[in-house]
Amino acid sequence: MDWTLLTVQLLNGLQLGILLFLLASGLTLIFGIMDVVNLAHGSLYMAGAFLCATFTQWFDSFLLGLLAALPAVAIIGLLVELIVIRRLYQRDHLDHVLATFGLILAFDTLTQMIWGPDGQVIPLPAWLDGQVTLTADIVLPTYRLAIITTGLLVGVGLFVLVTQTRLGMRIRAGATNRTMISALGINIGMLFSIVFGIGAVLAGLAGMMIAPITEASIGMGNQIIIVAFVVIVIGGIGSIKGAFIAAILVGLIDTMGRSYLDVLFKLFMSAQNAETSAPAISAMLIYILMAVILAVRPTGLFGPRGR
Amino acid sequence: MSLSTLTLRGFVTVLMLAVLALVPPLVDLTGNAFLIDLATRCVILAIAAVSLNLILGYGRMISFGHAAYLGIGAYAVGIPVYYEIYNGYLHILVAMAVSAVFAFATGLVCLRTRGVNFIMITMAFAQMVFFTFVSMEEYGGDDGLVIEVRSEFSRFINLEDATTLYYVCFASLLVVLYLVKRIVSSRFGMVIRGARGNELRMQSLGFDTFRYKLICYVIAGTICGFAGALLGNFTNFISPEMMDWTRSGELIFMVVLGGAGSLFGPVLGVSVFLLLEEFLSGLWLYWQLVFGIFLILVVLFANGGIDSWLSGRSKRSHDS
Repeated sequence: MDWTLLTVQLLNGLQLGILLFLLASGLTLIFGIMDVVNLAHGSLYMAGAFLCATFTQWFDSFLLGLLAALPAVAIIGLLVELIVIRRLYQRDHLDHVLATFGLILAFDTLTQMIWGPDGQVIPLPAWLDGQVTLTADIVLPTYRLAIITTGLLVGVGLFVLVTQTRLGMRIRAGATNRTMISALGINIGMLFSIVFGIGAVLAGLAGMMIAPITEASIGMGNQIIIVAFVVIVIGGIGSIKGAFIAAILVGLIDTMGRSYLDVLFKLFMSAQNAETSAPAISAMLIYILMAVILAVRPTGLFGPRGR
Repeated sequence: MSLSTLTLRGFVTVLMLAVLALVPPLVDLTGNAFLIDLATRCVILAIAAVSLNLILGYGRMISFGHAAYLGIGAYAVGIPVYYEIYNGYLHILVAMAVSAVFAFATGLVCLRTRGVNFIMITMAFAQMVFFTFVSMEEYGGDDGLVIEVRSEFSRFINLEDATTLYYVCFASLLVVLYLVKRIVSSRFGMVIRGARGNELRMQSLGFDTFRYKLICYVIAGTICGFAGALLGNFTNFISPEMMDWTRSGELIFMVVLGGAGSLFGPVLGVSVFLLLEEFLSGLWLYWQLVFGIFLILVVLFANGGIDSWLSGRSKRSHDS
């Protein structure tokens, strides 16, 4: 067995999991507290990537570009909340899905108007572009380690925010019973805006971090947002802990499935059958996982009872 | 509908059907052959939208994976044709049977969930179908499959003729509309509508709502599979892209635009959607921006879609 490949694939899976967590944690907060299905969350991911590309060019530094793009995404998120999402709180899920679907169309087209149809490349600085030698055999790309570290730090920060601060207490209270906390005199509109802003920044950050690897492209959020939804459904809607566990699980299963399923299949079927069926099954693995989990626990792993 | 009860809504319905019935002669008259393509697409998607409306509008089952059935139906034409099996009856049979089985199997799981989980799991199953076809290299994979010969029926129905194809689709739409009307006003349909309003009450009245909803879900999927078979014949091409989740989103939008939970609303919704798409895309390169904003505005301000506007009442008032 090729240990380097295995380590690299594990790392890739972890990295995908971390990115999914950044997207899913915002999504699950927005859903858990405001009860809004936000399909346009992927657009904020895309906006983050494009803004970061432009700012990186301006400042000639990826780090500065990233730091400048974060508040920009927050502002976009707050504007979206103010103009569209705020009007959806009293509506049902069908309206959320449709309106945010419209937002996706608008965002994708706007991005194309501003940046043109081509993708934007973000060059990495030298100190991030290298490799870390772990053992003689195992060499890991620095940038992927950086993504994972950043993601974990953000995860810890989010955990502290939600469990240790007054704001977090309100967020949790809002997730449990919205009517009650507004009756206790907490400005629920403000709370919603803050939560949406946090979600936007997290989604934008995920987009900024992946862009140097894949480049920023139109519609880049439209596939990953679906996976992020799979994550929050598996994890249980409204649960950050669930989002984290499910994100890592989904990231690992998806990546490992794509690289090792054919090997696994060859153990009990002909090589040719394994070659043809493995790609299909591996693309489906996470959806199968979701279907199985929902069949057993209709509210997800850590979902609230009786929603 | 008798003349004394002819409302604005009834008038538009009759007018719309009359226009659709007269498309081929009109095309002959104006010589604009493109119109019949647009009309055929419109009628086929209308069948799909009407079927989605059966579960979404009447049953409040927000399926975000309905485009999968279009794909299944189209591949049920494309794959046999690839093996030089041209029998149209067989194509339709396969399209509807596979759709029914898929709807039954997935419905068993999906209908156990509620709310957003239902939306997401229906979409997840559609994604599975999507990836299945993407990975089938034999049938074109990502690039799709060209359907070189259209389904063959009897000597009198030659789908290669654009007018015949159109009338087959149009007649199918009429049959489907009639079917859905009968279903919705039957005892079965009342249970479905009752479960939309208050499922718990229907259950305590002794109805096994799960079974009713499952059957309804299967019927809707089967009809949409049939529409898919027509679509495959019409476009002469099928690719997984037809089943992308954004396609399902568009279908939902067509239904809501026309008026979810009204018989004829989806037909209007599809027509307006396609006309607008046609009109805007010819006008401006970035037309989708206008389209997206239009969509948001429809959701925010047009309660109940075109149908409620025509009948002069707001649908939302009696939705739970």
